[in-house]
Amino acid sequence: MIRTISTEEITVNIREMCIEANHYLSPDMGEALKKAADAEQSPLGKKILSQLEENLVIAGAEMIPICQDTGMAVVFVEVGQEVHFQGGFLEDAINEGVRQGYLEGFLRKSVVGDPILRENTNDNTPAVIHYSFVAGDKVKLTLAPKGFGSENMSRIFMLKPSDGIKGVKQAIITAVEDAGPNACPPMVVGVGIGGTFEKCALLAKQALLRPLDGHSQIPYVRELEEEMLQTINQLGIGPGGLGGTTTALAVNINTYPTHIAGLPVAVNICCHVNRHVTREI
Amino acid sequence: MDRHISTPITAEVTRNFHAGDYVYISGVVYVARDAAHKRFMEVLDRGEELPFPIKDAVIYYMGPSPAREGRPIGSAGPTTASRMDKYAPRLLDLGQKAMIGKGKRTQEVIDAIVRNQAVYFAAVGGAGALLSKCIKKSELVRYGDLGAEAVLKLEVEDFPVIVVVDSEGNDLYKTAAQEYVG
Repeated sequence: MIRTISTEEITVNIREMCIEANHYLSPDMGEALKKAADAEQSPLGKKILSQLEENLVIAGAEMIPICQDTGMAVVFVEVGQEVHFQGGFLEDAINEGVRQGYLEGFLRKSVVGDPILRENTNDNTPAVIHYSFVAGDKVKLTLAPKGFGSENMSRIFMLKPSDGIKGVKQAIITAVEDAGPNACPPMVVGVGIGGTFEKCALLAKQALLRPLDGHSQIPYVRELEEEMLQTINQLGIGPGGLGGTTTALAVNINTYPTHIAGLPVAVNICCHVNRHVTREI
Repeated sequence: MDRHISTPITAEVTRNFHAGDYVYISGVVYVARDAAHKRFMEVLDRGEELPFPIKDAVIYYMGPSPAREGRPIGSAGPTTASRMDKYAPRLLDLGQKAMIGKGKRTQEVIDAIVRNQAVYFAAVGGAGALLSKCIKKSELVRYGDLGAEAVLKLEVEDFPVIVVVDSEGNDLYKTAAQEYVG
């Protein structure tokens, strides 16, 4: 049964989601920061974590963006394959939603039209959009504005199969150590293992969307997530990189089949302002 | 050690800072980041004057979100300072005394801090809403065409920062982690 959805409805939702994502984090993030502040061993680290909690309260109450880097808009669109779009072109509708959301929400325009020529587009478009088809007649939208303090610290490693899980662990720790204070710890670390070069990176970005109390369904991967989180929190980097026992709030790992000659590993670092809003239409 | 200081920040003041000190800054702070710093270099290369007095200046590496009506500024947390490493030594040699940002600096920058008795402060990354409340006034100084990257003059009150690199070259990012290695 074909279900018709107007692209105008997509625009309205994206606009609202841009504003929501930049002023309120999902509840698992606030809870994680509170737990971290209680457990943190460094007095300065504790102070910083409390300030981050206070920052979230101020942001929501006074409608000031949690972080001034309101990010480049990353949008995931899961389209039920019985859906038919009516109206303008879907991609234009999404970008219009971002344009309106960033204007009306007093969000920062942080996108340049060309990576070398670097002239600001003045409306935070274009978004980076990832489409997929699923069963059914719904459209699931996820907006995850990505700030570049953390994005700039992300890495991809094309390992050899013989590097194995040891090589994977080394890659994750290397990325986190090299990031240090620059990624505004405590971090959320998204990891992709497998696929191709670009699929691996996408897996890592998608891993950042997972609720912090979630974990992989694959037993060895779940163990790896827990082990990596522990190892990272023993590096001593701490809140703001100024020393402490809370360097990461979670490590989420996604895996995918890969080529017999490859072992791609991507580490997408996110800071503690881990923003994502999901709506189903 | 918590200190309350007012701008301008001179070498007399910076000499007393130690990496790890918690400092509250009140007074005038200039805002400039990537694109503005690139233009500063071009201005200096042409033998022209910078848009504001550089002697004893405090520069905050930041690009704010737009201000709602009735507010001086939007969200205003620090940006990653290493992107300004290429430009900072020249400005420090011309008299700039303090940088506010976040993240590691190169040895060249640390050397420039030491030879100029300057200081590098970190503001808490991601605390943009909280930090915006310490900014009482914001004025456009130059390069409005750069939007969020324009040069601003801020009046701040009790703006909280941490001394990361002091005038002796001690670097908190290098020393702090060691204490908590598991």
